[in-house]
Amino acid sequence: MSDAVKAATQSEGGSKVSAFIRREIGRVTALASLVVIFVFFTIMRPVFASWANVSGGILMSTTVIGLMAIGVTFVIITGGIDLSVGTALALVSVIVGKTVMAMHLNVWGGILVGLIVGTVLGSINGILITVLKLPPFIATLATMKAAQGLALITSDLKPVLFTGGVKGWDSIAQGRFIPNFPNGVLILAVAAVIASIILNKTVLGRYTFAIGSNAEATRLSGVKVNRWLIAVYALCGTFVGLAAVVMTSRLGSAQPDLGLGYELEAIAAVIIGGTSLLGGKGTISGTIIGALIMSVLINGLRILELQQEWQYVVVGAVILLAVYGDNVRRRRAGEV
Amino acid sequence: MPTAQLLALTGVSKEFPGVKALNNVHFDLNEGEVHAIVGENGAGKSTLMKILSGIYKKDAGDITYKGKSVSIPSPLEAQKLGISIIHQELNLMPHLTVAENIFIGREDRRPGGIFLDNTKLNEAATTLLKELELNLDPTAIVGELTIAKQQMVEIAKAVSYRGSVIIMDEPTSSLTPAETDALFKIIRTLKASGKGVIYISHRLEELAKITDRITVLRDGEYVKTLDTAGTQISEVISLMVGRTVEQDQRPTNRNIGNEIVLEVQGLSDMHLLKDVSFNLRQGEILGFAGLMGAGRTELARAIIGADPKTAGKIILRGKELKIHQPSDAVDAGIGYLSEDRKRFGLMLTQNVTFNIILSSIPRFANKLGFLKMKSADGIARDSIAQLRVRTPSERQYIKNLSGGNQQKVVIAKWLTRNCDVLIFDEPTRGIDVGAKDEIYQLLTKLSNEGKSIIMISSELPEVLRLSDRIAVMCNGRLTGVIDNKDANQEVIIELATKFSDDLTTVN
Repeated sequence: MSDAVKAATQSEGGSKVSAFIRREIGRVTALASLVVIFVFFTIMRPVFASWANVSGGILMSTTVIGLMAIGVTFVIITGGIDLSVGTALALVSVIVGKTVMAMHLNVWGGILVGLIVGTVLGSINGILITVLKLPPFIATLATMKAAQGLALITSDLKPVLFTGGVKGWDSIAQGRFIPNFPNGVLILAVAAVIASIILNKTVLGRYTFAIGSNAEATRLSGVKVNRWLIAVYALCGTFVGLAAVVMTSRLGSAQPDLGLGYELEAIAAVIIGGTSLLGGKGTISGTIIGALIMSVLINGLRILELQQEWQYVVVGAVILLAVYGDNVRRRRAGEV
Repeated sequence: MPTAQLLALTGVSKEFPGVKALNNVHFDLNEGEVHAIVGENGAGKSTLMKILSGIYKKDAGDITYKGKSVSIPSPLEAQKLGISIIHQELNLMPHLTVAENIFIGREDRRPGGIFLDNTKLNEAATTLLKELELNLDPTAIVGELTIAKQQMVEIAKAVSYRGSVIIMDEPTSSLTPAETDALFKIIRTLKASGKGVIYISHRLEELAKITDRITVLRDGEYVKTLDTAGTQISEVISLMVGRTVEQDQRPTNRNIGNEIVLEVQGLSDMHLLKDVSFNLRQGEILGFAGLMGAGRTELARAIIGADPKTAGKIILRGKELKIHQPSDAVDAGIGYLSEDRKRFGLMLTQNVTFNIILSSIPRFANKLGFLKMKSADGIARDSIAQLRVRTPSERQYIKNLSGGNQQKVVIAKWLTRNCDVLIFDEPTRGIDVGAKDEIYQLLTKLSNEGKSIIMISSELPEVLRLSDRIAVMCNGRLTGVIDNKDANQEVIIELATKFSDDLTTVN
């Protein structure tokens, strides 16, 4: 450390620690809420905390939304939004199923198809937003409807039953590479780590934050903002492609009508995890915590035998609470 | 001149649909020189800067850079040539660190080109900051720094391109005097290292301190280039406006009653304000002077209920007001004209009528809630005539008006609402020298007609010219209220820097 840095650090004194806490309090609060909710359900029904329920129930049901939410996190940090991830999930699933059957691909080939198709769909969003200069909300609303239709057309409105013909497809999500630990959950964990590295250690990650923080300033600094934005939407699509692969493995088929509405759950997970809808700020770990809060809630309420209708109401209330809490905190910190 | 020429523009023109923004303009810059460009808003300063920084393309003329004829098609190309610009509205990424901001677009990468090398990045930033003698932590988040420090980041960023020309657009517009001095020190360092600085400022008194030459533009035309040494500010001003404007005026023929209209007693807030008490008389202009951050805007916001108070009373014509939110203040007839008109005062994408009736909409609505546009337009036309707003019609969009005329629309809004206590926060910020004069006359006229005015201003000549009495604040406290006849710049500055008697509560 140079003298200048030392001097600056010393002059700011203890404010560095408090600044760190202030910055991280969003995630800390989210994590604390997760623990509190978990403990609450465990006390109500001890079976809730059993490994069978935690791994097979909570974690497994987090995989698809979690993977999608990771992708959406990048988009939201740039200040954008992607409403198309839900129906894109269905479209990728169907295309993977059809391609695997037509070309007799093995499991690796199928996974590759999923990742590529997802990435292409994401790039299309990116191109619409940058080249045609459409607002992200409108562009992805359009691709959301288009993907929904295309999924139904491609599949003839029927589930694509392809997984039985591909050796090992069911173990993508359901196998146990690590004993007692479903592969789907492992994929989510690895994906989260990779995403976190991309976001924090790579050029793409830096520009993701820069664009969300001040796109015009980034552009004036000589960064090719459009190119990087397309890359961000493409990356979001890659994670959606992976989510589609995992989902077909879990379900044993590609379902053309499953996915609509998932985009809002993914966005909710991102927001609960403390990522700002205004852009410039967010973390992958926060998103994972957000996704876990939602699946813990749904799982716990189901174990408490609360009607599904009421489960929706509770999830809605949690989203309100999370965002309101974030607002209050930021107003105190003088950010708003 | 012994020094080499860095940059020369000859016969540069730029036309926008219907407007000749620049017409045959000349400008040149030498190594180690600070060359100011001055002119009123609309004179063509920013168009010229945007051509130099690659944002606009010139229609005609030549640009020579280090002896070679060049074209500057994009901001990236300008940077490659070595021309950096620091915009008036700082162009930083508030969520990123100092080092990340400085080197955005040129990050150090690890072998392979995908991963960032933050250690190297921070080291490079530290070296650069040290070289410029800037006391900044490269890992600090830019959004958490003061404006002055953010500006230092911009300067470091501009220098980091290792270019030869740095353009500064209104660099001191939000700096305190001490921060301005620090900036000048940095500019002198840049000068000493042979860089050329193009300096744009509305604050003409700064020119003598820091510039070597001054080029004056008016209405897109080149007027004259002067050597700063031996040039009077008044000469620069008359070249800018095309006529003579008097400096150092004081209020004359004032006739202020004894009736106290507004009384503030013991006002405090959570963060800054401590026990502020003062009163405002009928027909008076009470100026508020102080340093940046002294609490003047906070005081205004607390009075009108925009921010919570922790203690204090606000008494209007002998009756205590319960003000919980801005609408309470407006109902009582207190209007606040924010220093940031575009953000807090106007709907830029709406027309003049809409903005003038905005605070009084119920008056222009019938029982079913439909707006009576005819009567609204009539009121707007009356206001336009009364305040001499220059606009083709009352249906013109606000964003097409000049700063001075926008300010008049805000005033019209509060007059339409029948406010007779007006709080002006920096009424002439971003307004041309010529139009300022008109705003001054308007404020004087309003007070002569019986309106009571609080005027917050950071420009001391403005405070001295308009205020009947001057209240000075420092660090959230009122440090003195003086009559205009007893006031001068020295007295005000002394009161504005009276931090002494409570060092313990500095937070």
